[in-house]
Amino acid sequence: MQGLDFTVLVEYLPFLAWGAWWTALISVLAGFLSFGMGVVFAVALLYAPAVIRAPVAGFMWLFMGTPLLLQLFLIYFGLVQIGIDIPAIWSGVIGLGLHYAVYNADILRAGIASIDKGQTEGSRSLGFGRLQTLRYVVVPQAVRLTLPPIGSNMIALLKESSLVSVIGIAELVNAAQLGISSTFRPFEFYIAVAAIYYLLNLLLEGVLALIEKRVEATK
Amino acid sequence: MTQNTPMVEVRNARKSFGHLEVLKGIDFSVGKGQIFALIGPSGSGKSTLLRSINQLETLNEGEVWLDGERVNLDIQGMAYERHINHVRQQMGMVFQHFNLFPHLTVLENITLGPIKLKGMAKAEARELACDLLAKVGLADKVDVYPSRLSGGQKQRVAIARALAMKPKVMLFDEATSALDPELVDEVNAVMKQLAAEHMTMLIVTHEMRFADEVSDYVIFMDGGVVVEEGPPAQLFRNPRQERTRQFLRKHLSA
Repeated sequence: MQGLDFTVLVEYLPFLAWGAWWTALISVLAGFLSFGMGVVFAVALLYAPAVIRAPVAGFMWLFMGTPLLLQLFLIYFGLVQIGIDIPAIWSGVIGLGLHYAVYNADILRAGIASIDKGQTEGSRSLGFGRLQTLRYVVVPQAVRLTLPPIGSNMIALLKESSLVSVIGIAELVNAAQLGISSTFRPFEFYIAVAAIYYLLNLLLEGVLALIEKRVEATK
Repeated sequence: MTQNTPMVEVRNARKSFGHLEVLKGIDFSVGKGQIFALIGPSGSGKSTLLRSINQLETLNEGEVWLDGERVNLDIQGMAYERHINHVRQQMGMVFQHFNLFPHLTVLENITLGPIKLKGMAKAEARELACDLLAKVGLADKVDVYPSRLSGGQKQRVAIARALAMKPKVMLFDEATSALDPELVDEVNAVMKQLAAEHMTMLIVTHEMRFADEVSDYVIFMDGGVVVEEGPPAQLFRNPRQERTRQFLRKHLSA
């Protein structure tokens, strides 16, 4: 039996930091994508004509009903076959982003639908158009209302970003595996990586709490 | 535009919700600076009529005109959107439930329209908002959120918000119905002030005394038709129709 020795990590710290940086970068990009597309999907589901609504609903149904891992494989390895070659990093961002966009859209749709129709009437009576009303009045309120569940999705997204290691992105899990393959010390590396994920999530929770606090001021 | 062009004109307004006919052919015209009160029992169609003037309800038949411009044009899609957004900028509307935007401060509620729709500079919009807030007696509430205001204060902000677009006419849809009785007067005072400044106004109200005091002309509706109309002195003190007398007995004694 091999004893535990966390000092092996010291040599690999820059390596792990690099992995943490990629995890953070991919998560932030995918997070913004999942939010932006979540709003777009939600609005499309509620207001778009059937020719747009039906494909969006179908797409959402597909993305919700299949595993993220499979979606990543499809985007990175599958699309090449039909001539769409997306670099690994962007495949990861798109896969993660769209996967969580579907969940965000479901939440935002309920949020938008719950905004009193007097808000829309107030805005329209001033002369704002449909899209302006959504942009300035309805969606901002829906986002404030749904911040806690959207925040939970962001935390899940950060953790699930570990899956993009399978398409060869040098994020945290991948960095750990490379470290393990040369040191044969999985326990130390996995513990270290778990701690880094935990720290990243603490940071994210801090940011979310700040946003919620600011929003709370309007209530 | 001639001197005689009415500010608001409604011709043969008809509207049904499914099988229920709520407006059965209404005609009236409001001159510049006139104050019209629309009264009648619940379900008489007065709110629907008011809302159809700025097309929050669309008429099945009839015409609405604003200062010589047709409001309910028979066009579709983007062309209609552009047209109606342009027309609505010229009509202020005040709602029973205020409909202030809770995520924006009082200032932002008032300046959103002027900045985004008219391209007004922020500083200029702020100045405009502060002037209007002073006018409605809320100069100290510039930077608070609507949730911190009483109902009467909210409604006065809503009036300021509508006025910030410099409308040609103000539409009031039961502006004081949702207020606690002790808060009604502060809103009525603002409306009286507007009346004194010759703002053209259409007021849907349940308050007969206020209508009597502030309006130039009263329309009494019931069942989707105009039962009786005339100057308040005549309509309130010398009504011709039995239906009007019945209604007033109930509402003046209350």
